[in-house]
Amino acid sequence: MATEAAMPESALLRWVRAEGMAEIEQYRRAGGYDAARRAATELTPDQVIEMVTASGLRGKGGAGFPTAQKWKFIPRAAPVKYVVVNGDEGEPGTFKDRTLIEGCPHLLVEGILIAAVTIGARKVYVYLRREFYRCRRLLEAAIAQARGAGFVGERIFGSDHAVEIVVHPGAGAYIAGEETALLESLEGRRAMPRQRPPFPAQAGLYQQPTLVQNVETLCHLPVIIGLGPERYKELGPPVLFSVSGAVVRPGVYEAPLGVTLRSLIFEHAGGMRPGRRFKAAFPGGVSSVFLTETDLDVKMDPDSLRQAGTMLGSAAVIVVDDSADMVEVMARAVEFYRDESCGKCTPCREGTAWIAQIFERILHGHGRTEDLALLEGIAAGMTGTCFCPLGESVPPGLVASLRLFRDEYERRIAVGAAHGR
Amino acid sequence: MTEAAREEIRRLAGFYEHRQSALLPALFVAQQEAGYLSPAALESVAEVLELPVTEVTSVASFYGLFYLEPVGRHVVHVCTNLSCMLNGCQRVLSRMQEAMGIHPGETTPDGRFSLRTAECLGACEEAPAVLVDEDRWAAVSPEDVEQMLDRYR
Repeated sequence: MATEAAMPESALLRWVRAEGMAEIEQYRRAGGYDAARRAATELTPDQVIEMVTASGLRGKGGAGFPTAQKWKFIPRAAPVKYVVVNGDEGEPGTFKDRTLIEGCPHLLVEGILIAAVTIGARKVYVYLRREFYRCRRLLEAAIAQARGAGFVGERIFGSDHAVEIVVHPGAGAYIAGEETALLESLEGRRAMPRQRPPFPAQAGLYQQPTLVQNVETLCHLPVIIGLGPERYKELGPPVLFSVSGAVVRPGVYEAPLGVTLRSLIFEHAGGMRPGRRFKAAFPGGVSSVFLTETDLDVKMDPDSLRQAGTMLGSAAVIVVDDSADMVEVMARAVEFYRDESCGKCTPCREGTAWIAQIFERILHGHGRTEDLALLEGIAAGMTGTCFCPLGESVPPGLVASLRLFRDEYERRIAVGAAHGR
Repeated sequence: MTEAAREEIRRLAGFYEHRQSALLPALFVAQQEAGYLSPAALESVAEVLELPVTEVTSVASFYGLFYLEPVGRHVVHVCTNLSCMLNGCQRVLSRMQEAMGIHPGETTPDGRFSLRTAECLGACEEAPAVLVDEDRWAAVSPEDVEQMLDRYR
């Protein structure tokens, strides 16, 4: 079970961990909806954008794009604009968005309202994973409560702003988490990524300017306005890390951007299980390249992780210990991409299938010595040729595993050969 | 398809600028009604939303949570992604297979359970995670399986 992070000054998790935050009275008593009220009635859009710029907030879905800059791309004069909330949390190892909604759905509703009044959108769609049944119930109840209080619907907070929020179900497709595939899915089609440009800010949902924003990103907005950007930045700025795998206390932990991987694993998440040693960790979900023991002191921020050859992604740390076989770990990751490839482009559709096939024979004792070079060749063929990040995220991790854990692959192949196949 | 389901689909279509946007929610309405999406159900959805049947079928077949074949009264999803794998989901899955006497992707002969593997359920702090219908079960051990399934028997 998740244990509460010992963060006395936690900015986000304090909302999530407090009792009764699914109820609007409780949320308001703690100061909830004050930030949205200010955004709707006191602050100009420019002032809100200024605060978000000063906070340094970046998208928390994986790409890490500066949020305020994204808002500025939305043409102000456009008559119809949309906010689309990406609640299709599916990057393996990531569970912060689910934790936020289950703990404090009003925080998301308030963040949505701030974004909507700032860019001038009247309609908001929350694309929520179908599997998040509890989230859906809580979020719909929170929206209904907020509507009852006059915070959702016409003339919210007594202002001239109108905001409608519709919760829309996903249907079990990882690729729908990619923002243009999500828009396709929201339009009732197969979730296949669109050519960019145009970016959603110019032509998104129904070809109208659309702000697509991750759940956690929106949840930071009430905190930034509530605390002020300076105080918010002093707190790190705060990041929610999902830590899971072979650790004593898996859970969501709030820590300052730049916390070390070592601190997250060994302090926050309680370290490795008794008798087990750290072997590797994916710092930003399965799509990020894993790190090994020599990297434990890397800072968990975009630049430091880029220098280490990987990425912060969705800040989902998956920890692997010495009881796990890296060939099996990579095989599972590759099967995932094979199953979730949307099939639009050949390098991803075929490449992931070929790689999975080779892994299968290696795991079943039928591997060949030349398979490792073959894997490297396919990885090279997929690099820079896939239509979207799904396929592109396969080669780096695969190549790193072939470099750093080559002995494990070779042992598998040798054992298979010894048994006469 | 019942008139109530058709009415619900029309209501859902009202939330969107373009009625095709209601396709995913509409397919869930249809699936809820019959347990799966039969060719007749797909035709009804197409008719209500005024879409080509081919388009509706194409979309339904793309997504993992639409069932184009009959499934059991309870669908058990065992997460097999990395965090759950590192926490022993394979043993849970094996025990499920023994208890039900079927493989993933199959349905028990009495039509009570369908067993499926799932990709990351976003519940990695509760690994191994299992979803039975709309209930999420946390930190499931092989020993828990029988008792868990009894709740749905």
